[in-house]
Amino acid sequence: MNAAMQRFNSLPTAVKWMVYALLGMLLLTIVQSIGGTDKLTSAPISREMLRWALPVLLAGLGGLFADRSGVVNIGLEGMMILGMWFGAWGALQFGPWIGMFIGIAGGGLGGLLHALATVTFGVDQIISGVAINILAPAGTRYLSQEVWGSPTQSPRIQGIGDWDVPFLAGGSLFGWESPDILLTIAAWEWWFVSDVADFSRGLMRGTSLLALIAVALVPFCAWLLWRTRFGLRLRIAGEQPQAGESQGVNIYAYKYAAVIISGALAGLGGVVISSPELSGQFLEGNSGGRGFIGLAAVIFGNWRPLGILLGALLYGYVFGLDLKDLDGSASHALLLLNAIALAGVSGWAFTRRRIADGVLAGTMAIGALVWWIVSESVPGWWSNILPYVVVLLVLVFFAQRLRVPAAIGQAYRRGES
Amino acid sequence: MRKVLMTLAAPVGALVLTLVISSLALWVFGSNPFAAYGDMVGHAAKLETQVDIWNRATPLYLSAIAASIGFRMNLFNIGVEGQYLIAALVAAQVGGLVSLPQVLHIAVVFLVAMAVGGAWAGLAGLLNVTRGVNVVISTIMLNFIAVSGFMAWWVQAWQADLREGETLSSTNLGTTPIQDSGVLPDITGWVEVFTGDIRENNPVSGMLIVALLVGIGYYVLLNRTTFGFDLRSSGMNPFAARAGGVPPKRMIIMAMILSGAIAGLIGLVEVFEISKFRPNQIQGLGFGGIAVALLGRNSPVGMAFAALLFAFLDISSGILQQTETASQEIVKIMQGIVLLAAVVAYEVARRFRERDEARETAEALAEGVAE
Repeated sequence: MNAAMQRFNSLPTAVKWMVYALLGMLLLTIVQSIGGTDKLTSAPISREMLRWALPVLLAGLGGLFADRSGVVNIGLEGMMILGMWFGAWGALQFGPWIGMFIGIAGGGLGGLLHALATVTFGVDQIISGVAINILAPAGTRYLSQEVWGSPTQSPRIQGIGDWDVPFLAGGSLFGWESPDILLTIAAWEWWFVSDVADFSRGLMRGTSLLALIAVALVPFCAWLLWRTRFGLRLRIAGEQPQAGESQGVNIYAYKYAAVIISGALAGLGGVVISSPELSGQFLEGNSGGRGFIGLAAVIFGNWRPLGILLGALLYGYVFGLDLKDLDGSASHALLLLNAIALAGVSGWAFTRRRIADGVLAGTMAIGALVWWIVSESVPGWWSNILPYVVVLLVLVFFAQRLRVPAAIGQAYRRGES
Repeated sequence: MRKVLMTLAAPVGALVLTLVISSLALWVFGSNPFAAYGDMVGHAAKLETQVDIWNRATPLYLSAIAASIGFRMNLFNIGVEGQYLIAALVAAQVGGLVSLPQVLHIAVVFLVAMAVGGAWAGLAGLLNVTRGVNVVISTIMLNFIAVSGFMAWWVQAWQADLREGETLSSTNLGTTPIQDSGVLPDITGWVEVFTGDIRENNPVSGMLIVALLVGIGYYVLLNRTTFGFDLRSSGMNPFAARAGGVPPKRMIIMAMILSGAIAGLIGLVEVFEISKFRPNQIQGLGFGGIAVALLGRNSPVGMAFAALLFAFLDISSGILQQTETASQEIVKIMQGIVLLAAVVAYEVARRFRERDEARETAEALAEGVAE
């Protein structure tokens, strides 16, 4: 057993994650079979998952850059709103591609403001973030009123387009319609195999180019932060700024860069919200606090890009499932999944000799199981709060295992130790 | 003299900067800033507008005190928003269901509101001390759970109740109305002694007195009690406080519960005004209160002025909409800018003061050596 574990651990990260993903799919398929629903692994659900995960993922990556440079960015929500507005305005003025960059610049502007306040003036980082979260919706409301004549919405906008993956999901290749392999497999209705095919196909058909860009940013950010000199210096600013300073690193410059990138990524998240992928227009309040969820995804992901992606997908899955689940059967089946996951946490805690955690998680698992057995469906409020309950539960059980950037939240001034 | 000037320089500078930036924003889109400011000031000179301003400043002030109790301990209770909404909802529901003699009935509404607010915030405190969950994140999540979870669910339930015959509108949805015995009386009569007639449909909320008492209580608690001293010292230096025998975990939970209990009072201003909680209950007072607390630097008097300023701006949006001299959204921009400008100005002023102090010390030392 141990030898097998060691061999597994020595596999490349990508392979390990694929194994995890398959295990997750297996669990979903089992729960789905017991729960008597076919929604948990269906293509529309995986599509919803990806759509709703995107803004959270981008805000989370934004939070990652800021946090890694030692600046807490609670203003992500505001920067995302700036991205929503400027993205929509740019798309209407100059078309969707330039609009995307204008949206990114709009978010970056919010980042610049945050950097100015926190790095140059040394204002408390949370306070500056709160101020930006008040300023951004107010400013975009004013601009909307003046530019579009309505404080809350813009005209409809165009997206940068979508894409079907050739062969796997029947995308066309130089005008030639390729076969749709995953659809064929899904039609076989083989247990698990067809489920995986259908679920994967939802991610590959009609995928927005924005989704491709966002997902591609995950390995890119990992590379930038851990494989380049820029990334090393940026992380030094968030761990040991004085040490960096003694090596001649201009900490201010790196903090500025990180916070502006942070705003730009959140701004791209806003572009996604305004794009036809989610809203198709600027609509006030459509950020719906996803900048804050992104912040939670950073913590959930232990300040690592892949973890943030996982957190965003988890949120997107629960949120998207609720939207597509009109009869409540899938949300009910999800209770069983909650019970299994909590039982897993409980077992894990007991093997680590953390008795209190184990008992707590075990009790919750039993509670969820009992609820699943005695009820036919779950009340509407439960699906509403589930994404946030999941975030809280993850933090409750894993907050102490997290590795926070050491100098996070501290005001840094050159020449002071 | 120099010190007085330094203290005044920060808020005055922030105000000037706000006026400059918002004038620019107005001018760019073709509005006349001076006409807009004139309208706002002229509107505020009227008695009924002033009543509106006081009635808006009251919940903002309560919200600011709730937030500042946490801030004094370096606990960022971002969850005032969820705490006040869920507290007002439950308190209105309970108040509407029971029937009691007047004083008792009002007391029940107050107690339920404070207990629910305190419990909701205390949960975040508990998660922090037992599980190490960051207060900012947990209070944000609890906001979502309160607002998009429970409140949305109640609204659905009310809609289901109404389906037989009645038309759906946001005004007839809500909790069972509280009987008159459970509604805190307004203080219009007292105020009219000084001001003359106030229009009948524009009463001065009795919660104003409660807010003033809470403000005084906040001052006494922080500056005249051991608990307040422990709270402030935990905020300034948690390690030193711990070494001095202040239990850090208990302080965090106590501060969060207290903060949430005060937050529970915010929504009562509107609940008492309309005798129930309805879906379009004013939202955003929690975040507004955070801004007011930051602007007022957590001082009971400073926050009162800040609350009045924010209330004045909020109420001014109405007149701008009427006269169309400028887009009413400008007032929210002014709130955001004044906040950001003020925190920057305070920080700059602090640095100047530190430099002054360092120079004075150096001069004093140099003189000492010379002698």
